[in-house]
Amino acid sequence: MTVAPAAVAANVPQRRRALAHPSLIAGAVVFGAVLLAALLAPLIVTHDPAAQNLGAALLPPSGEHLLGTDYLGRDVFSRLVYAARTDLRIGAVTVIVPFVAGTLLGSVAGYAGGRVDRLLGYLVDTVLAFPFYVLILAIVAMVGTGERGIYVAYALVGWVAYARVTRTATAVAVERPWVHAARESGLSHRRVLLRHVLPNTLPQAVVFLFTDVVFVIAAVVTLSYLGLGIQPPTADWGSMIADGRPFLTTKWWLATAPGLAVVVTGVGLSLLADGLTDLWGER
Amino acid sequence: MKASVTPLARRAAHALLRAGGVAAGVVVIAFLLVRLIPGDAATALLGSRATPTAVAQLRERLGLNESLPAQFWHFLTRLVTHGDTGASLVNGVPTRELILARLEPTLWLVAFATVFAVALSVPLALWAATHRDGLADHVVRILTTAGIAMPAFWTGLLLILLFSVRLGWFPVGGVRDGYPTSIVLPALTAAVAIVPVLVRSLRAELVEVLRADFVATLRAAGLPERRILARHVLRNAALPALVLVGTNISYLLGGALIVEKVFALPGLGDLMFDAIGSRDLPVIQGVVIYTALAVVLVTLVTDHLATVLDPRLRRAA
Repeated sequence: MTVAPAAVAANVPQRRRALAHPSLIAGAVVFGAVLLAALLAPLIVTHDPAAQNLGAALLPPSGEHLLGTDYLGRDVFSRLVYAARTDLRIGAVTVIVPFVAGTLLGSVAGYAGGRVDRLLGYLVDTVLAFPFYVLILAIVAMVGTGERGIYVAYALVGWVAYARVTRTATAVAVERPWVHAARESGLSHRRVLLRHVLPNTLPQAVVFLFTDVVFVIAAVVTLSYLGLGIQPPTADWGSMIADGRPFLTTKWWLATAPGLAVVVTGVGLSLLADGLTDLWGER
Repeated sequence: MKASVTPLARRAAHALLRAGGVAAGVVVIAFLLVRLIPGDAATALLGSRATPTAVAQLRERLGLNESLPAQFWHFLTRLVTHGDTGASLVNGVPTRELILARLEPTLWLVAFATVFAVALSVPLALWAATHRDGLADHVVRILTTAGIAMPAFWTGLLLILLFSVRLGWFPVGGVRDGYPTSIVLPALTAAVAIVPVLVRSLRAELVEVLRADFVATLRAAGLPERRILARHVLRNAALPALVLVGTNISYLLGGALIVEKVFALPGLGDLMFDAIGSRDLPVIQGVVIYTALAVVLVTLVTDHLATVLDPRLRRAA
């Protein structure tokens, strides 16, 4: 019984099983729509997202400008769609290093136990002692603003959560009879860990990956709002909210629409994560 | 009786030791932060057009000419004897004084946010738990899912739009109206950021409580459901909620500093952003160390509190 979860699932009609989970469907539809909009941005937008027209600044929503124009006369709807590209891409790239590093460290610690496990636990506790945003901001302040700062900061901080999730799952999986059997049949630690333990713990790390992208996008948007993330003129939800902030009282949609885009994206990803938990929990 | 005290004391000593280790790690990481600056720190701070004399002076002032262990030794002794991370590069004031001067708004903010977070999450979790898999449960789940995805600064803008601009109940920002009026909206914002996390954990806990034997006994004794909830279940939920805030204090505090920026509160967050803007390294390090050590302390206290309050945890030790 050392088969990977994907192989088990193949025995049951997978499509029907997936359809039985409403949150998986809802998440796929909502996030799929955002992803599609990001991918097809050039086909969807009505204007060049960077084109300024000071004569047509701060226009209210209309047939010509679906969400009106910002203080430089740029079309807000077109910028919103292009911002999806920026933020989704950065969100996806940012989580790669933490995911790989955290899952690996957590697996080794949970499998090895003892001193290695305690050392990792200490490191995790220490990083978690810092308020998340304080540490991220401090690192960005040192490394520099923009995409590079975000990647470095999150690589140094984000692995902790994956390590914790995977460590717990691994410590449970190690106690399973098939792991003992695999060891006793003479397989190396490396092989047992990669082939017999990891396939059982990876789903939890993957589910967390979706949740983590929500956090990362919120963090990127927050940094950009503060002027420490994506730099102008690149369209990003955070800087769009910052641009709309001075007009909160008169043109309220300028600051609220990009935030709503963040929430919709986050809800889609969270629903996907919930759905995957249900789907994989059935085994 | 004595047998139950000793493991508790041992547990406390163990926790204290662990917290001390984490505190030491915090100091090391905060010290190493400056090393993340690409290239020469002094040149990076002054820009490429700075005169060599100015760069040399700053290097001297930052202690960059010494070896790394020597730098750390100076950093550590200064931290232990003065309680700070050196003087600000901008105005020469010791970081300890700068931080203490900005402490009040942040403390108000965190205290009120804690109260709001508990006051919001306990009823929501109770509502969801008593209607498990019903409409209320789904509504709460959707609310928490959306809540997790909401960046705190944007929530703040929405609250400003509703309560300050439309209704005019609270100031848009600043502390001119004094405490607690100035702090209500910021605290609500910081609370909203943490409520989804609290509600999810608390709901699961309450589902267990509602299944517990004592609730069945109370029901069998003919106590009305509302009384059972108000008198017995709620009491079993409020303390765990407070403990949950303690466990998530790092999340709450980090969010609070961002919220300060949105509402123009002159607290630690404001100090930190000013320091980032002027690349005032000692001040950045100071805020990082002070906030992280505060988290270590709060975590230590809440963990201990949780153990003392919950006999099950005591036995596990």
